[in-house]
Amino acid sequence: MSPTTWGWLVLLFPLLGTVIIGLGFRNYPRAAGVIGTAAIGLAFVCSVGALLSLLGRDPNNREVVSSLWNYDFSAGVDAKLQILIDPISIFMMLVVSGVSTLIHLYSTAYMRSDRGYARYFAYLNYFVLSMLILVMAGNFVILIVGWAGVGAASYLLISFWYRRTTATGAGIKAFVINVLGDVGLVLGTFFIFRHTHTMTFLGTFKAAPHVFSSDTPDLVAGCLLFLVGAFAKSAQVPLHTWLPDAMEGPTPVSSLIHAATMVTAGVYLIVRLHPLFQLAPTAEDTGVIIGCVTLLIAGSIALVVTDLKRVIAYSTMSQIGYMIMGASAGAYSAALYHLMTHAFFKALLFMAAGSIIGAMAGNQSLDRMHGFRKAMPFTFACFVIGGLALSGVPPFSGWLSKDDVIAYVNNRGGLFEVVGVLGYVGAGLTGLYTFRMIFRAFFGEPSPEAVELEHGHLAHADVPRNPMTGEEEDTETGFPGPEHAIAEREPAMKIAMTLLAILAVIGGVLQVPGIDHVLTNFLSTAFTNTPAASPADEPSTRAAWIGLVIGAVIGLGGITIAYGIYVRRPGTSSKLQAAFPWLHNFLVHKWYFDELFDVAIVRPTLAIGRFTQAVLERIVISGGVTGGISGIVRSGSAAVRRGQTGFLRFYAAAMILGLSIVVLYFLISST
Amino acid sequence: MAIGWYLAVSVLIFCIGAGGVLVRRNPLVILLCLELMLNAGNLALVAFARMHGGEAGQIFALIVMVVAACEVTVGLGLLVAISRRNLPIDVDELHELNG
Repeated sequence: MSPTTWGWLVLLFPLLGTVIIGLGFRNYPRAAGVIGTAAIGLAFVCSVGALLSLLGRDPNNREVVSSLWNYDFSAGVDAKLQILIDPISIFMMLVVSGVSTLIHLYSTAYMRSDRGYARYFAYLNYFVLSMLILVMAGNFVILIVGWAGVGAASYLLISFWYRRTTATGAGIKAFVINVLGDVGLVLGTFFIFRHTHTMTFLGTFKAAPHVFSSDTPDLVAGCLLFLVGAFAKSAQVPLHTWLPDAMEGPTPVSSLIHAATMVTAGVYLIVRLHPLFQLAPTAEDTGVIIGCVTLLIAGSIALVVTDLKRVIAYSTMSQIGYMIMGASAGAYSAALYHLMTHAFFKALLFMAAGSIIGAMAGNQSLDRMHGFRKAMPFTFACFVIGGLALSGVPPFSGWLSKDDVIAYVNNRGGLFEVVGVLGYVGAGLTGLYTFRMIFRAFFGEPSPEAVELEHGHLAHADVPRNPMTGEEEDTETGFPGPEHAIAEREPAMKIAMTLLAILAVIGGVLQVPGIDHVLTNFLSTAFTNTPAASPADEPSTRAAWIGLVIGAVIGLGGITIAYGIYVRRPGTSSKLQAAFPWLHNFLVHKWYFDELFDVAIVRPTLAIGRFTQAVLERIVISGGVTGGISGIVRSGSAAVRRGQTGFLRFYAAAMILGLSIVVLYFLISST
Repeated sequence: MAIGWYLAVSVLIFCIGAGGVLVRRNPLVILLCLELMLNAGNLALVAFARMHGGEAGQIFALIVMVVAACEVTVGLGLLVAISRRNLPIDVDELHELNG
């Protein structure tokens, strides 16, 4: 079969899964998990089929396009239902469907007692479907469709427990910010389309060097608008505030959003549109700077957050910052490489976090989790593997990929070296906050829940409470289910986490400087065939290894500091807090981004709304327009009403009089 | 015989009827006067029909009679209802239905 046939099959299975689960959730609610997992699993199998089929083709001819039908073909708009299979999309399909399959598998156990079990899997399949549409799109129209679908699915899943006000608020926040990104993407498309007169990617890339010279204003504007879309989806400063709030969703959803779908879309967008970005160095530089700023801001906030899931959320932001930085600097395969390894270890970290939250009966606060090392050895092992990969410790996958990105950036020299150094600072922060989390949750005096678990009893909350507000809630539909699941007792969770742990350890073998370049070789055809300028030069093997050594030292240094603060001398952290209260406050308030938006956007908007309500609505509309019209009607009817006396003889006289006048008129006019 | 006389009688009867409708207050008499007006019309119709030698006017007169019968039925029904409720038999007193 051709790669595109496999590609259509990849889309078909999640679509079938969504429809079957969505329509039949009342008839076979328990089968939803199996159907959902199987659908995504089959999509992964078909992605592998597409990969093998594509590898059978000539390396210089690996961009295959297939369209089912035309939506529109007028005024130069060629909107088709079209997919593009090339190394980039194959790579994304494999990562998205592969990691999603494991997350589905994990969810079958984790969500078992939830009353919305079938609804959950329908949403989850829809999410993966949207993401696959996004990465397989062959033109801007389908890309926007997938882009918006991902936003809608994230809204559905973040506010999945829809009777928690915090969850619905977080869902709305995520949706609004994502719509901002959608607008950026659509407007950017128009900027490009105006000059290239085609919606297809391949046509655009072919035309771009001829119609745009380097840094043409329209091209820069288009690329900056694309970046707005990418920043909103990938949670980059200043459009990042939805991501930590998105932790209101069930833990596997966080895993899905952070590892496989959603946040990687921005990175994919930049890599997909690299021929355009290469012609717009201003936009590229913006991306590099924003990525660098994001990774530092996120890393610093993660140092003080006490909610387990939110720490991991900020670490995602920071890691996506590396990817955006790398992709914008021209290190496309390095950015995608980090995207893949990040998907493995971040999915693993969230799954392990879900397991601990299960053991804590839904509580997510790091302040209450201690000493789970003995009670949950498997979760502990997975969390440490994920943490080591995240911190960039050799020989874990994150070490090779993250330092690959930084080495590329450093290799470009000039101002990029400053960014690269800041990237290393971020790497140090990563080790520090990751192991702060691990040392606090797994080491020290066991908390009551851990002690109970060591005796074989899983903690059970007497009264389920919202972990954010402490409000009481029940376990009906729209709330988390009554039972909690831990990886130690659930084979499905264990299998998913084991596979991801293996991938997080050995995922790095795809690309080791000077030894093998499987990934670069596979992806390079997509980056060299484009007529635009060639991607950034690869750093030499020596430079890459120097970068790897520096990265390893810095990562280990961060871990050592965390060990010193949280294990060797417990209490150091509170001393530090007391010594720098303003800094701690600043970080606890997340650099005051929410407050800034509140003052700069939310409040002025509210004020304008109140003003229009009081003046425009009350006085102009109600008083003037509608009030005026109803006043005219009222006075007019009052005048006419006076004629209705109720006296029969008056009516008769009026009739006869009227009739006489008509007759007289005709008599006079006829003579 | 000239049609003028027929029309003169018709107009006379119509005016008597119209005058009655306007000046009398007893609904029964008003109905009678209405009947006079209708029949004045009928007379004119039949006269014109004879003049033209067609039958359309005569058929129209028959239909007017049918309508008159219906109208009298409704009117008398109202009258019976009014008297059963002991309401005044006077159209000037019955004027609640005003604007």
